[in-house]
Formats: sequence, C-alpha cells, structure tokens
Amino acid sequence: MEMPIPDQAILARKSRVVERLRAVLPVDAVISEVSETRAYECDALTAYKCPPMVAVLPSSTQEVSDVLRICHEEGVPVVPRGSGTSLAGGALPTADCVILGVARMNDVLDTDYANRVIRVQTGRTNLSVTGAVEENGFFYAPDPSSQLACAIAGNIAMNSGGAHCLKYGVTTNNLMGVTMVMMDGEVVEIGGAHMDSGGLDLLGLICGSEGQLGVVTEATLRILPKPEGARPVLMGFDDNEVAGACVSDIIKAGVLPVAIEFMDRPCIEATEAFAQAGYPMCEALLIVEVEGSEAEIDHQLSLIMEIARRHNPVELRESTSADESARIWLGRKSAFGAMGQINDYMCLDGTIPVSSLPFVLRRISEMSEQFGLKVGNVFHAGDGNMHPLILFDANKPGDLELCEEFGAEILKLCVEAGGCLTGEHGVGIEKRDLMSYQYAPEDLEAQMAVKDVFDPQWLLNPAKVFPLDVSASRRSLPVAAE
Amino acid sequence: MTKPDTEAALADVIKSATGPLSVRGGGTRGMSGGYAPLETGGLSGISLYEPGALTIVAGAGTPLSDIDAALAAENQRLAFEPMDHRKLLGTTGTPTLGGVISANISGPRRIQGGAARDYALGVRFVDGAGNIIKNGGRVMKNVTGYDLVKLMCGSCGTLGVLTEVSLKVLPVPETSGTLMLRNLSNRDAVEVMSAAMGSPYEVTGAAHCAKILDDAPITALRVEGFEASVAYRLEKLRTMFSDRKTDMEIVPQEMSDWFWEGVRDAGKFSEAEGDVWRVSCKPSDGPALEAASEAEECFCDWGGGLIWFRTRSGSDLRAKLGSFDGHATLVRASAETKSKLGTFQPEAPGVARLSAGLRQRFDPRGILNTGLMGHE
Repeated sequence: MEMPIPDQAILARKSRVVERLRAVLPVDAVISEVSETRAYECDALTAYKCPPMVAVLPSSTQEVSDVLRICHEEGVPVVPRGSGTSLAGGALPTADCVILGVARMNDVLDTDYANRVIRVQTGRTNLSVTGAVEENGFFYAPDPSSQLACAIAGNIAMNSGGAHCLKYGVTTNNLMGVTMVMMDGEVVEIGGAHMDSGGLDLLGLICGSEGQLGVVTEATLRILPKPEGARPVLMGFDDNEVAGACVSDIIKAGVLPVAIEFMDRPCIEATEAFAQAGYPMCEALLIVEVEGSEAEIDHQLSLIMEIARRHNPVELRESTSADESARIWLGRKSAFGAMGQINDYMCLDGTIPVSSLPFVLRRISEMSEQFGLKVGNVFHAGDGNMHPLILFDANKPGDLELCEEFGAEILKLCVEAGGCLTGEHGVGIEKRDLMSYQYAPEDLEAQMAVKDVFDPQWLLNPAKVFPLDVSASRRSLPVAAE
Repeated sequence: MTKPDTEAALADVIKSATGPLSVRGGGTRGMSGGYAPLETGGLSGISLYEPGALTIVAGAGTPLSDIDAALAAENQRLAFEPMDHRKLLGTTGTPTLGGVISANISGPRRIQGGAARDYALGVRFVDGAGNIIKNGGRVMKNVTGYDLVKLMCGSCGTLGVLTEVSLKVLPVPETSGTLMLRNLSNRDAVEVMSAAMGSPYEVTGAAHCAKILDDAPITALRVEGFEASVAYRLEKLRTMFSDRKTDMEIVPQEMSDWFWEGVRDAGKFSEAEGDVWRVSCKPSDGPALEAASEAEECFCDWGGGLIWFRTRSGSDLRAKLGSFDGHATLVRASAETKSKLGTFQPEAPGVARLSAGLRQRFDPRGILNTGLMGHE
C-alpha cells in the first residue's frame, strides 16, 4: 500500500515541534523516542506499519487545541487515533506525522436519564459507555465487534455499526452533539442534547469523516432503555440462497428483528472447532434475535419460525434459556478469532442489497477457487453488510498481495451488485484506491471540497479515504511553516 | 417557470442560470423565495422498490402520495412520518420526495424511529455549478467516503438540487394505540413523557397539548406493533402513571391516528392567526422556554424536545428564549418577518463559518435558494 513520501523538511523540524508540544502538555504526554513511538505504528490492519514522528496523549479539549494549533503552525500532519482498532488503517501513521491519541480522555461528563443522553470524552470505550448507564436500565446502542476496546472517537470517525443496527441504527443515528477541535485549534460545538440541526447537518457530515475534518473530543450520545428481554433463534439451511430468501421473507413479513446474522460453512466449521458453540454443520446458518416482553418474543419468534419452516431448515433451534442464548451468540462472536486460529485473514466489509446475496456468495466462492485462497463469510444479513474473511499466510511471499487483489475483486463485485465498498469499517488506506471504482471524479471532488473547507491545508489524516493521485495536488499545498 | 424533465437538463439550467433560482418541489413548505422558480416535478417516478430489502429509489420530484401508495401496497411506509405543511401554511400543490428530504421533514415518530435524515440512504443532486454528484447508495450500511447524504438532507436546496433519493422504509405495524393522560401541567407532562420514553415499552409518540378534544390538556403516549403487544405495553404505561391521580384513557388506532396526524401537521395552529415557530430543545428545558416565550399558545411533541409556538405576528421569539441548547425555526410568518428574523436560527460564529464555507464550495455563485439559510 503506497503512502506519501515523508516530508524531510518536517522531519528536520522534529526537535522544535517536540519542544513546542512539551511546552503545552504534561511531560509524559509527548512521546518522541523511536523505541516508544513504535507502539503507535499500526492499528488493527497490522499488515501496514510505520512509526510516527511523535505521539501525543492530551487529556483535555484545551490540550488537543494547543497540539493542533502548534501542528498547524508547523505544517505537521496529524493522525488522530482512538483505540487503534481500525481494520481499515484509519489510524496508520506516516513517518512525518504527529499521532494524536485520545485514550486519556475517557471521562463521563454528564448522564441525563430524563433527556436520555450521556456526554463523554471520546477516548472512552464503546462498551464502557453502556457500562456507565446500565445500572439504571439504559444502554448505548451501536455495538461494533470491537466494543470492549474501541473508542467513541473512532466510532464517530468511522460511523461504526454493529450486529444490532438493523433496529437501532449506526453511530450517526445515535450521535447528538460533539465538541470538535479544528486543525487550527479552534474549538466548535455542534449539536447538543436536542434533536436535528437548525442549519446544515454538520454533525452528519462529521460522523464518518475518518478524522479528516477535526478531532472530536467530547460527544453527546443518545442512550436507550434496555428492552425487557431478547432471545435468538438459530436456523441452519443446506443452501446459501435459501437462507438469503428466508432473510428477505422475514423482513417482508413485517417482523423487525434486532439482528439477523449469517455464517457460511467455512465459518461454521472454523468456529465450531474453536468455540464449540454446538452449531449444526450446514451450508448457511442464521441467528435471528428479537426483543420485547416474554409474550412479544414468543409471538415474533413463532412468526419467524413459521417463515423459516417454509424454507426447509436442517436445524431450527429457539433458545430456551439465557445460557442457550449466550451459546448461540458465542460462535458468532468468536468467528473472527476462530478464523484467525486457522490462518492470517483479511476482513472485508462490503455491503450489498439483500436481494443480491445469493449471487454475490456464489461469485465469491468461484473467485475463491480462482485465487486459491479460502474465504469464510460472516455478516449482518438484515442490512446486507458482508464480512468475507479471506485466509492467507503472511509468511508466504506474495500471499498478502494475492489476498489484497482478491479482496479488491470482492469489493468491486459488491459495487457492481448495487452495494458499496464499506458498510461500517471505513475506507482508511485499505479501500482508498478503490474509491474511484465506486465514485466518479466529480463525486470525489465534492467530498474533497468538504475537507477543503474544514482543513484547507489537508493536514488532518491526509493520506486516507481518497486515492493518493486524486488528492495529490491538495496534499502538496504550501504549508504555513517557515 | 423552468421544469426540466431530466437530470442533465436540470444541470444545464443551473449552469446557464444568470441569477438566483428558487428551487421548488411541490411548493408546499413555504421554502421557495421569490426568484426564478426551478421546479423538480419533471424528475418523477419510482425507479426501484425492493420490499424485501426495505429500500425505495425515486426521482426527487415524485409526489409523496405516489411513494405512500406504492409502499402501502406492500404494507410498508415512510417511518419518519413527514409533516404535511399545507393546512398550516395554506399552500396548495403536492408534497414531493425531494422536498421532504431537502428540508429533513420528520413527524412525531422522530423521537423513537429517527428523522428523515436517518432514513436517507443515497442522493443524486446537481450542485450550484451544474455538476451532477452522487453520494451514498441504496444499501442500509454505507460508510464509503463522506456522508453528503446527511449534508444534503436539511440543506433546503442551498447546496444543490436533489434529483434522486433512495430511502430505507419500514413495515407498517399491525396496530397502534395511545394512552391519553389528562390535566397534567407542562412540567408534569415532560416528566411523564420522559419516564415513558425511558421505559422499555417503545413509545413512538409523546406529545402534550391543550384544547384538542376539549379544554383539558392532554398528554399522549403512542405505542405500535402487534396487537397483543400494543395492549400489553399500553397497560404497562398506564400502571406506571397510576399514582399520578390523573384521568387516563387508552384510545384505539383510529382515534390515535387522527390525534397524531394533528400533532404532526400542527393542526391546532392552522386556523389561528399569528406566526408559527418550531423549537428543538432538550425536553427538560421545555417548561422554562414556554414560560419565557410570551407566546399566544404552544404544544409539544418529541417527548418535549419539539415545541410548537404560536406568537403575535412579527415578534422575535428567539430574543425571548435567549440562549439555549437547541434552535428555533420560523415556519409561518409574513415574508417581511421572515426576511427580518431569518427562517433559521443564526449559528455560532465557528459553525456559521463552516456552513458558509460549504455553501461557497457547493454553490459558488450563490444562486440556489439565495439567502434562505444564513444571511450571507
């Protein structure tokens, strides 16, 4: 993956930049020794690594503002970082950048149950937002798989989703306000504890902008009352297409499950070997979860199971206890870990219209044979968000490149089927060069125009999202320093 | 009047425009100014509808009634319950899909199900320089690049003219019903609505108004879903508030629907004189804002997070409310008052600069609905 050549002039200013940062931050919040900056050399897309010039760990909006102002004056690129769980390389540094980690900013600032909002610093992890309100019967809905570790800052940057967004939406549907620091250090407040914007929806624009428009330091999030109960049903089918048709029929029937998860045979086999969740060996497995009171759950599941029976399932298992529910989810939740046990893998994130599911799965399995690399499919079927996991061997020369080539073909297939390159992980560097496949030049130009307004010198996370050749002229604008 | 019937023709109109244009869908929402009208009605028709994928794609000029009819045939609907402005504003014409999306029009269900902007999956539009641009798509989860769909939604035609919109739709629930509580004070009503919204019973409407059925204030909580579930949850809510010593009544779907249509369309104000404002706020701030407003009349929706005010013509509600967590939009007033006070709440300087910057980039000549948002 190509990254811009580090700017020697910036590297030459390193000691001055470090000195200026030390003047505004506590001594342990500026990391410049090469042995220590290595901790920030990559995120969860571990195939790509590059230690930053400096890493800073500010503790307040004011400190973030000071850091950005200095970097702006010095013309130093800044790469914001939440918890570093991005699968798309969203927090991958360049050698001439300052990594700005928000991990120390993890306080809950206000919980307001009457208005159903919580105000947090964005270094706080996703699951600990729920942790702060669950005693009172509330939760924060977006639930990315990495929710134990991932930060709200990263969730906002990537507009993260999760298994339950079929009902509750993704980050952008649950974000009400932010405090954001602009690249020049200016602090802006957008949105709040009220709904909708009185002007342009800047909040909607910021969410999912991959840390390229500003650094979000505080966020007001919608919290929701926990449902009375939830229960999953597990269904197995001996054909992918039949499972896909079953998903479509459930949705059409007017039942709205909170989650519909899909796993194919390679994935089922791997997770069974790893987690022993007791899954049936079949071509396709669905986990469908509904919520409500006991009686409501019974009613909804009976409708869902009636639909499933019409598709001749090889297995139809309604959970009868909390323990059984946990086991049904166990396999799904360990799917990535299980695939990782077998080999290195690359996790894709394309989304397709639900109706194209059978076609896309068939094409992926054909391509898997062509490329000679195995693929397991696990995904959020209700909204068409696929997660093909391509297995490869990082120690085998050429395998990573082959895997990337295969991955790119799958994503192009998603676009051709009427879908998109990424449903919830973000573009980062991983899908950056495929953007021209989904978008025409004028579409990309319109998006880059937004960045021009927020960050005219393209100093914030500059080498991400847009193909390097497309953004080249903007990234080489003369900077303020010297 | 210009009414192009293709996207390319619309782009040509914008490219060759020599002065400001008033972008018009159905012209029912009082947003079009007095410039040369550019109508989107020629860009009409549903191009794709997949009930099993909960998605519909249609031209921006498609009448909302066409969308509603197509969805109803599959027992689906637009879940954000867009308001019909015609009675309140005395406008005629046909509301269009593009109008709903460009003004981010949402009704009572916004409190639980989200706003129009939460259901918009993709857009095609022509910017102020005549470029044809697409963003998003027709799938429910999409983080490929910046979310210009949200930016367009609520930009009221000032950044570009929508030509096509794709939307997420939802099934129509089996039934619905409403619990009505009588004679609560504004403050108690907000408490009740907050408690109901904080319960697990999935309230999809929470409003408080006086003088709907008779003079007594009514606080209404709506529940939707399968029949047995709706009955169960309404009963649970009734039990929650049984110690409030207030009259409570559960009304069935037909009356419930009539009531919520009135809330959605601010029907209460359609016959009355004066200006109408729509204030988005933190629900718990509502009672204090109502007290400060010196308004003739008000009622609230969204659990208290949306307050509709009717004021004397020409009075500046924003000045009375002062600074608060939210914003006030002037929905109905004379052209003079609108021009003096502005339709939209002035933004804080930092935000205003960003908004102006975006407008400058997307509409460099300042010809799209000039002056509607912001006073530049």
